[in-house]
Amino acid sequence: MGARRFAFLGLVVLALVYPLLVAGLPVYERLGALVLLGAIGASAWNIVGGYAGQVSVGHAVFFGFGAYSAVVVYTHLGWPPIAGAPIGMALSVLLAAVIGVPTLRLSGHYFSMATIAVAELVRVLSSTFEFLGGAQGLGGPAMPRTVFDLSFLSATPFYYIFLAVLAFLLGLTWWIENSRMGFYLRAIKDSERAARSLGVSAGRYKLYAYMLSGAFTALAGSLYLCMFGFVDPESGFGILISVKMVVMAALGGAGQLFGPLVGAMILVPLEELSNSWLGGRGAGLTFVLYGAIIVIIARFLPSGLLSLFERRPEAPKAKPGATNVADGHAD
Amino acid sequence: MSMTLVQVIVSGLLLGAVYALFSSGLTLIWGMMNVVNFAHGDFVMLGMYTAVVVWTALGGGPFAAAPIAAILIATLGIASYFLLVRHIMRGPMLAQILGTFGLALFLRYSAFWYFGADFKTLPDTLVGGSFVIAGIRFEGARVLAGVSGLAITLLLHVILTRTMVGSRMLAVSEDATAAQLMGIRPQRMQALAWGMAGAATGIAGALIATFFYTSPTVGETLAILAFVTVSFGGFGSVLGALVAGLIIGVVESLSAYLIGPVYKDVVVYLLFVLVLWFRPQGLMGKA
Repeated sequence: MGARRFAFLGLVVLALVYPLLVAGLPVYERLGALVLLGAIGASAWNIVGGYAGQVSVGHAVFFGFGAYSAVVVYTHLGWPPIAGAPIGMALSVLLAAVIGVPTLRLSGHYFSMATIAVAELVRVLSSTFEFLGGAQGLGGPAMPRTVFDLSFLSATPFYYIFLAVLAFLLGLTWWIENSRMGFYLRAIKDSERAARSLGVSAGRYKLYAYMLSGAFTALAGSLYLCMFGFVDPESGFGILISVKMVVMAALGGAGQLFGPLVGAMILVPLEELSNSWLGGRGAGLTFVLYGAIIVIIARFLPSGLLSLFERRPEAPKAKPGATNVADGHAD
Repeated sequence: MSMTLVQVIVSGLLLGAVYALFSSGLTLIWGMMNVVNFAHGDFVMLGMYTAVVVWTALGGGPFAAAPIAAILIATLGIASYFLLVRHIMRGPMLAQILGTFGLALFLRYSAFWYFGADFKTLPDTLVGGSFVIAGIRFEGARVLAGVSGLAITLLLHVILTRTMVGSRMLAVSEDATAAQLMGIRPQRMQALAWGMAGAATGIAGALIATFFYTSPTVGETLAILAFVTVSFGGFGSVLGALVAGLIIGVVESLSAYLIGPVYKDVVVYLLFVLVLWFRPQGLMGKA
């Protein structure tokens, strides 16, 4: 355990001093902030997708709610964008309840399909509202009016804001992991039917996880808007936003506290590199790579990279299809 | 009923038959092995690009493109089964979903990288322009696509329910172990299902390309349409997919005509959410 604690402390120290190490190199300052923002989104997804095992592929719907709430309070009320974050989070909790009650009854593949469809529905609808800027989207303040507009010359202030949010989110996740709810979620993930038969109200805990996950994904959306100052239906609600959250968490290790952060530390620099090296077409190649990474993880390493460092006795191999029969159908 | 409304319903039915064709592949695989192929829409997209390439490189129409697309996508399906799906089926739920989802991204952005983002269309005159019967205007391409879609979906249904191969596949889907004891090889049947699904999907793609724009991301929209059709018709039922495809084609055409083209997707997605809410087993599925 000593080595693990040492690695953790090293990571914390590195996270705190990173901006000092790269001071004066705007590309790397920005990269650090982007890694943390990606980690916030993926860690939020991890609560419902990793711990509860409900694989949402439509989390962009919450991200978009957060981003649009931030830009709408600026455009229509003149407030600083960050003031939209609590509104976006509240709306997302509400939305999670509306989506979750019918769809969380579905299991496995059905739930994933439903989340994709809901996100697409919202994306198409959002481009028809003049209030949300239609297909063109909306922009935040061009010039900072007060410090609350969070408009900075360098990315370093964003870095520390994101770091604080991520630390809070990971702390909360750690607390849940070790609470009664954490045990319930793991039980549901292993076998919902078994968990139910032991008296876990699976529906309720899945919904709690979904709402919490939605709220923090919305916060990631609002923070994104503060940093980038612009959102349109594609960058808010597009399926690639959902994909990034899932891939980061799955690469590092879904259902593991630091899995999403590890995934973000690998994938965000990769994306930035291929975008700057390959230009416009690089965006396409990035996602070819993402697709290949997802396939390889699913095929060879379904528990993610962090599982490589775990020393755990080999779990007995499940019989082929044994869990599918129990959990593969809507009940 | 006004003539325009009849026109709208007829084109909806023709479109719906094509939806039925490409959805039947998805429902076949689900019925065989409880796996959703999230790359399904991108299989259709590759079928469409096959038609575009056959036309630009060889000058061939859909009659040349459809068999080529059928062979290509069937091969892709069988390869996906042996290299990926066969292994992830036994893994955790996350791996089952992410596996084909990753394949979807890989295919979609490979097409994006290779063909570019711009929309490609085949010439209108490729399938004999349009004609008018009893005051209703028919476009050659849509009639060909609709009629072939209907015929091939029915053929697939007949193969699955009336032939020896179909019975073997049914046996594997009911109980793979028992089927194996009866001398049926489950993996061979499952691979066959992926091949048949791929062939149907490839043909559907080649047909759609004659009247629809082809782009790398078209698969996303088509995948959702297939999810809607399959959940509406009941997972695993080809006949259900046929009925549901026709209904969705008409609903889409009617809502585009009555509410506005932008809202046709909205109406179909809402329908999906309602079906999942109230009848997750589908219209024709067993409760």
